[in-house]
Amino acid sequence: MSVPANSHLKSYFIYRHTIPIRIMHWTNVVCFTILLMSGLNIFNSHTALYFGKSSYNGKPPVLEMKAVPSSNGLQGITTLFGYQFNTTGVLGASAGADGKITRRGFPSWMTIPGPKWLSMARQWHFFFAWLFVINGLCYLSYSLLTKHVQRDLAVSKKERSTIWQSIKDHIRFKHHGGEEAKHYNVLQKIAYLGVIFVLLPLVILMGWAMSPFLNSIFPGWVDLFGGRQSARTIHFIVAWMLVGFVFVHVFQVIITGLWNNLRSMITGQFKIDNAHSDKGPS
Amino acid sequence: MMHQTERRKFFTRLLAGAGAIALAGCDKLSHSETFTKILSTGESLSNNVHRLVSNRVSMAQEFSAADLSPSFRSNGTSSPNNPAYHAMAETGFSNWVLEVGGLVENPLKFTLAQLQQLPNRTQITRHDCVEGWSAIGKWTGPPLQEVLALVKPTPEARFVVFYCADPMKEDGTNYYYESIDMDDAYHAQTILAYKLNDETLPIKNGAPIRLRVERQLGYKQAKYIMKIELVESFAHIEGGKGGFWEDTGYEWYAGI
Repeated sequence: MSVPANSHLKSYFIYRHTIPIRIMHWTNVVCFTILLMSGLNIFNSHTALYFGKSSYNGKPPVLEMKAVPSSNGLQGITTLFGYQFNTTGVLGASAGADGKITRRGFPSWMTIPGPKWLSMARQWHFFFAWLFVINGLCYLSYSLLTKHVQRDLAVSKKERSTIWQSIKDHIRFKHHGGEEAKHYNVLQKIAYLGVIFVLLPLVILMGWAMSPFLNSIFPGWVDLFGGRQSARTIHFIVAWMLVGFVFVHVFQVIITGLWNNLRSMITGQFKIDNAHSDKGPS
Repeated sequence: MMHQTERRKFFTRLLAGAGAIALAGCDKLSHSETFTKILSTGESLSNNVHRLVSNRVSMAQEFSAADLSPSFRSNGTSSPNNPAYHAMAETGFSNWVLEVGGLVENPLKFTLAQLQQLPNRTQITRHDCVEGWSAIGKWTGPPLQEVLALVKPTPEARFVVFYCADPMKEDGTNYYYESIDMDDAYHAQTILAYKLNDETLPIKNGAPIRLRVERQLGYKQAKYIMKIELVESFAHIEGGKGGFWEDTGYEWYAGI
């Protein structure tokens, strides 16, 4: 490995993210947020999830949110694999804009639009789904053509042997600064690849699986995923896995230098700080 | 300089405030005519792409008897708030007639017995409600194309409109209606079902006949059909959007 010309400097800037990547990143942030929140509004029209071809096959739902009247007013009851939880105020029953507790799957602050409004939530969802898919296709073509995926995301053989060390480093919040911060670490690469090539295609495919017209293109293809209701459940689970990724991603962004990371995704400039290299969280 | 926890509190509040403003903005946008028009380009894009990726005769999946839902759920109207309808129901719909007219060469009236004598089709299909649930049922009835072959639509006919017996308002007005295009009208699986799971179609599921358009969502499957009209445009009918739910903001194309 060649020593970078300016690595003797205490700190300097590198150009980390190109303009297309930055635009596509923030487009994705907007799309994903709206898709999640409008998706939760759509879910609120039928607050149960099933495995199988239909919802009514003699088996109970795997997840169900209900509002049950009680002496203390409306109670939100969530049933997951037969286990009941009181989730009043958040799931099943929660206060809307007027402060009154009403029957509602996810609370109105998590949904677009705020009130229960299925037709409008669908309009939001399908418009931003198109934007999301087009943005994703642009990202894929761009990063394959410019070799961004091959160069920056592909896990080398050498790196594969460092996975365990990287896990230990992450648990101890030990993050490499300095020259090492120029490259993604191995766990970061695996997380990004998993999101780009597994979770995102899966969430889109499961969205298509819910369309009765797209079902007719190859009748039966939806059964490969267990049927339409399984597809709806998988769509829901993967959406929350993506939320999990976003939480970890934002957490890492914060602890490895919030402003430096944010700047690199806005102006492209990322500061390499050799003064703090290998000293753990700064 | 602010204390660490104070700073954290400040940023949390800032974030929560920004979030609340963004949400209120989204709700405001939902009421803006221009913005919702932009959003609805998603629908026309889906409609066009669906036509591109599949031919218009692709068949909906058919299931086996083992997949049948134990009881087929009723949604929307389960008993029309219409005395004239119930008077017909009491006679087993023996005096019910289906009027088929509009842009046709040969307007006709069909009794239930006449419809049953046409070539019939039986299909086990999945009903997907826009709300998210699905139920599987076995439907029997004449394909709509058999009826169309007898009434002979004129070349101007572009849509088939179904007028129903169930008023959607408490005061007994605003009858349910739906419309489909000619591709769906001539589709092999588009039938006027009078049987569900081998039995006479129950009132809760749309007796005496309901439409099955298997590649679209539940709200297109009009129940309690009284009249069929072929039209060039549905702009002059009710709210002008081609259906009861469409008039309230749902997509006319319900293939998603």
